[in-house]
Amino acid sequence: MTSEVADSVEAAAAAPTGFLGRHGATIEYILIPGAALAGALVVFGIFVALFGKNPLDLYFYMYQGAFGTWFSWQNTLTRAAPLILTALCTALPAQLGMVIIGGEGALLIGALSATSMALAMPSAPPLAVQFAMAAAGMTGGGLWIMLSGGLRQYRGVNETISSLLLVYVALAILNHLVEGPMRDPASLNKPSTREIGAANMIGSIPGTEVHWGLVFGVIAAIACYVLIYHTTFGFAARVAGGNIRAAKIVGLSVGNLILTICFLAGSCAGLAGMVEVAAVQGRTNANLAAGYGFTGILVAFLARQNPLAVIPVAILIGGIGASGGLLQRRLGLPDASVLVLQGIIFVFVLASDALYGRIGFLKGKP
Amino acid sequence: MDFSSISRRRLLQGSAALTLGTALGTRGATAADTTIGFIYVGSRDDYGYNQAHAAGAAALKKMAGLKVVEEEKVPETDAVEKTMESMINLDGATLLFPTSFGYYNPHVQKIAGKYPKVHFEHCGGLWTDKDPKNAGSYFGYIDEAQYIAGIVAGHTTKSGKLGFVAAKPIPQVLRNINAFTLGAKLANPKTTTQVIFTGDWSMPVKEAEATNSLIDQGIDVLTCHVDGPKTMVENAARRGAFVCGYHVNQSPLAPKAYLTGAEWNWEALYPKFIKMLAAGQSIPNFYRGGLQEEIVKVSPYGPAVSDAARRHADEVKARFMATGLTIFKGPLVDNKGKTVIAAGTERGQKDPELEKMDYLVEGVLGAAA
Repeated sequence: MTSEVADSVEAAAAAPTGFLGRHGATIEYILIPGAALAGALVVFGIFVALFGKNPLDLYFYMYQGAFGTWFSWQNTLTRAAPLILTALCTALPAQLGMVIIGGEGALLIGALSATSMALAMPSAPPLAVQFAMAAAGMTGGGLWIMLSGGLRQYRGVNETISSLLLVYVALAILNHLVEGPMRDPASLNKPSTREIGAANMIGSIPGTEVHWGLVFGVIAAIACYVLIYHTTFGFAARVAGGNIRAAKIVGLSVGNLILTICFLAGSCAGLAGMVEVAAVQGRTNANLAAGYGFTGILVAFLARQNPLAVIPVAILIGGIGASGGLLQRRLGLPDASVLVLQGIIFVFVLASDALYGRIGFLKGKP
Repeated sequence: MDFSSISRRRLLQGSAALTLGTALGTRGATAADTTIGFIYVGSRDDYGYNQAHAAGAAALKKMAGLKVVEEEKVPETDAVEKTMESMINLDGATLLFPTSFGYYNPHVQKIAGKYPKVHFEHCGGLWTDKDPKNAGSYFGYIDEAQYIAGIVAGHTTKSGKLGFVAAKPIPQVLRNINAFTLGAKLANPKTTTQVIFTGDWSMPVKEAEATNSLIDQGIDVLTCHVDGPKTMVENAARRGAFVCGYHVNQSPLAPKAYLTGAEWNWEALYPKFIKMLAAGQSIPNFYRGGLQEEIVKVSPYGPAVSDAARRHADEVKARFMATGLTIFKGPLVDNKGKTVIAAGTERGQKDPELEKMDYLVEGVLGAAA
């Protein structure tokens, strides 16, 4: 991965200034995060070397565990699927200058809504159930984040704090329903809802073992990108994100923008919850609170809130997760080492933000 | 790779009979060809549930012809499916121990169906005859050990008030609370157990708060059923209360305050499983037992345990070991005054009614739902 970046740098350097002038910004978007990633890997290698492990082994196992075999690729993509959707829950509101970190809550509410929908229509054909589940999951998750947006718009409550706290409210609601009214009496020691039924499961993408959540994620990411960068709505959102007073002066309805964007963001995370139920767990229980919503925040920030960039970053983080097991088994590293790596990458990427527009040879002539 | 390939002879060879190995001349050629994978939901040094399994894994590492791979902090999502498959595909594992209760349905069932030649041994006792035959589920009647810990606690308490920090009001936890309380009432019929549910398996902050709140109420002996008892044990010891441990022996954390505890004995069970396979038998799909079957054990008594308590506890333990003892027998009244087991009825450990336990017995202060 890093060598490809290096190649593109050489190619770029060899190209005429006119090329750099035209594509300097794009190259910057690839070069700077790439360099930050490479830097993070080097620092992580040093960290691992301090524990007496060979960093070259580390890089080899990371590659093998994440991308080395077809099985590893599928492992990586499976882990990436929910992250794309939960990352969009942070990346979309970011266009409006809002920092929403409550994707986990929307995921849980989405899962709960989707499960309730499936359980409410026991005799419907599977396709109808699946569509209804997706609609319910997206609506549930959307309304959940819209709550944060509404609190910010109408009550001046900081959306970062409210969305985070709503995660715990969502978890409490989920636990209450799963251990109370919605509990399957047969789930004795693992309180769960009833199962949605094997027929209603959405299964895997043909020829792979990666579930359909990946496709949903990619479609959602592309749709969000088009919405933000190629529609008047998206333009309005970016204007409001850039300068809210200017947006109001030109007559944009900022309140509507906030609520709509928050709804869309939440519905992405809600869809992730629906997929976890319909493709993985088959029911709702506490297992759903696996932290996808929180990892999604990391993905969104690493992607610099660009909906399209969320896809490769989610795959990268999925890959790190997939290789984590191999690092534990082959190198005897503790599980926390993967978190250390994620932390180092995060710091490097955030710090590298300062470099944009400052690399001399990429500036070109205006 | 298959289990039939580890002969009993090779196991003997590994432990002592080196001459036999030399005579056969096979040493090394097939060594370490059986890979066993252990998967933990938390960290394997949590002084609790996961560490108990890691101790079992460590016992297997000492056996010849086995290679053990471990992965910790694997959530109960498709991540555990991928971990199992990764162990099978990349490490060549032929026996897996996915140790967390929530791994079983749907994850172990799914992967066991997909890899019929790999054995799966799940901890939790969930296997039914509809499930894949290469999967199995084992569990221990740890309430027997809790019963004995309760006796010790009942003798030790001066206030007559015991405290229990519990995760969720599910049958397994309720059974431990009830067994502990019934044990304590053997020592002193007036003993009460105040229970606090934290709501989840690993909530260190709430566990610490619960511990403090129990001690503030005048409770002087505490125990728990959460994944990592460390928080409760350390906090209670710091406040001068006595503790009974759970999952593993926590006496290193509180040498003076530790009375005894209910421990898993996986380090005895797992080698037994391997020997069964090596002998060409299969592990029963549904495997359970208590003190007598050496699946659970009681921690050695701490210095604060009186002679009377030791004698009483040892006597009851001896009855468990000899013939098996029934903890839950009628007449048994719950803490709302309702008779839950009628006079004359004995509910032995294998009674399915106990699996559905939804009450707290008389003497427990707290609500099951």
